[in-house]
Amino acid sequence: MGSSSDTVLSTPLNALHRSLGAKMVPFAGYDMPVQYPLGVLKEHLHTRDKAGLFDVSHMGQVRLRGADPARALEALVPGDLLALAPGRIRYTMFTNAAGGILDDLMVTRISDSELFVVINAACKTADLAHLHANLPGVEIEYLGDEAGLLALQGPAAAAVMARLAPETASMPFMSMLATRIGGIAVQVSRSGYTGEDGFEVSVAGGEAEALARLLLAEPEVEAIGLGARDSLRLEAGLCLYGHDIDTTTTPIEAALGWTISKRRKAEGGFPGAAVVQAQLKDGVTRKRVGIQPEGRAPAREHTEIQDPDGNRIGEITSGGFGPTVNAPVAMGYVAASHAAVGTPVQLIVRGKPLPAKVAALPFAPHRYFKG
Amino acid sequence: MTIRFTQDHEWIKLDGEIATVGITDYAQNSLGDVVFVEVPDAGKALAKGKEAAVVESVKAASEIYAPVDGTVTEGNGALVDNPALANTDPLGEGWFFKMTIADAAQLDALMDEAAYKSYVESL
Repeated sequence: MGSSSDTVLSTPLNALHRSLGAKMVPFAGYDMPVQYPLGVLKEHLHTRDKAGLFDVSHMGQVRLRGADPARALEALVPGDLLALAPGRIRYTMFTNAAGGILDDLMVTRISDSELFVVINAACKTADLAHLHANLPGVEIEYLGDEAGLLALQGPAAAAVMARLAPETASMPFMSMLATRIGGIAVQVSRSGYTGEDGFEVSVAGGEAEALARLLLAEPEVEAIGLGARDSLRLEAGLCLYGHDIDTTTTPIEAALGWTISKRRKAEGGFPGAAVVQAQLKDGVTRKRVGIQPEGRAPAREHTEIQDPDGNRIGEITSGGFGPTVNAPVAMGYVAASHAAVGTPVQLIVRGKPLPAKVAALPFAPHRYFKG
Repeated sequence: MTIRFTQDHEWIKLDGEIATVGITDYAQNSLGDVVFVEVPDAGKALAKGKEAAVVESVKAASEIYAPVDGTVTEGNGALVDNPALANTDPLGEGWFFKMTIADAAQLDALMDEAAYKSYVESL
């Protein structure tokens, strides 16, 4: 996602990452920690075992205000925002006229006149232009390239957060509340990108390091880099924009139909709705699935997927080693005829066919807090 | 015993007629946790600078290149079974393969320990 020459932005935690001994890499225009001295494998396992703190300040945070911003934003996304209660969060995506995905995003209904939206770092400029062009009458406040966003993820995240902000203990998954942690004003969401219970905390850039230090001071918490963030989300079967989903994939092909309510499927009213509705009715020609290699060799992004006879049926879009599964794991698109769980396929790795099977997602079970 | 190093961070150690090849501490540290390796079978002919083995970390796959021309005499099965040896003991138990050397002059042309140390410091 970019070369060192276009690294211009720093998150508010940049100095903290360096003081913790992080290995920094350019990512989506930011100088980001890919790992700390603990290393990707142990960072991954620590997050599944206790709690990991991630700097996700590179992501874009936007507030939309108006008479009914939920109704307005529904014109750009297939998610059901009208049904979203205040303080609740929904995962959805910006679609284009062909039903392709421009970006995926989290939408929180703060109140009937305000939404809080989190978008991908690499898509920020395009998404903001898209919002400005298509939401006349809605006030669009981008919180800035240096706003803070921290994620605390893992089975101990709830206990850690409850120690610092007791009212978070009863928060259901995909809900938000505003509170204070150590006197710092924060907006806490019970959500994440690891498959674990956890929180994402929005904080002013100037107070992000103080908040991160408070969280890191808790005994269960280790700093976790982008490397483990990627292996955690892959095991959890969660899509990475620009890899598993992009403008060439529709929400239905991407197996994200669950994010579209019955009403929105019936009414449409978002870009590419006709394409999505036709795919719901007639089926899709290809589908995103989990792929489990049978050996130990990981199959990386762009690995060709073949049927057992050697015919090309698709491509890996994310692949690597899953430390929790303790085996290689992958996701990719295959012809709909080969998308059933258990279907044998082969992966062409370094010119050799390796046996694999279509697998159920997620590879590591989700452990979200249901209250 | 002669040990030499390549710019791609392989080491090669000659003991009698047979040389052992692995990756350096710098290499294992850059790669991170090694989770998979593929080593060549005995009898495979290797050409200097061409792919000889594969090493994969959680993050990425990398090739190990043959430091010199020669023929593989043994791949390290223990490393295949326990790829983490490449991290914990890169210059010892974590070796990748053993080979014969076709042209001793190729070995002499590689960096010695002092030259490799200053090479790494320059990176």
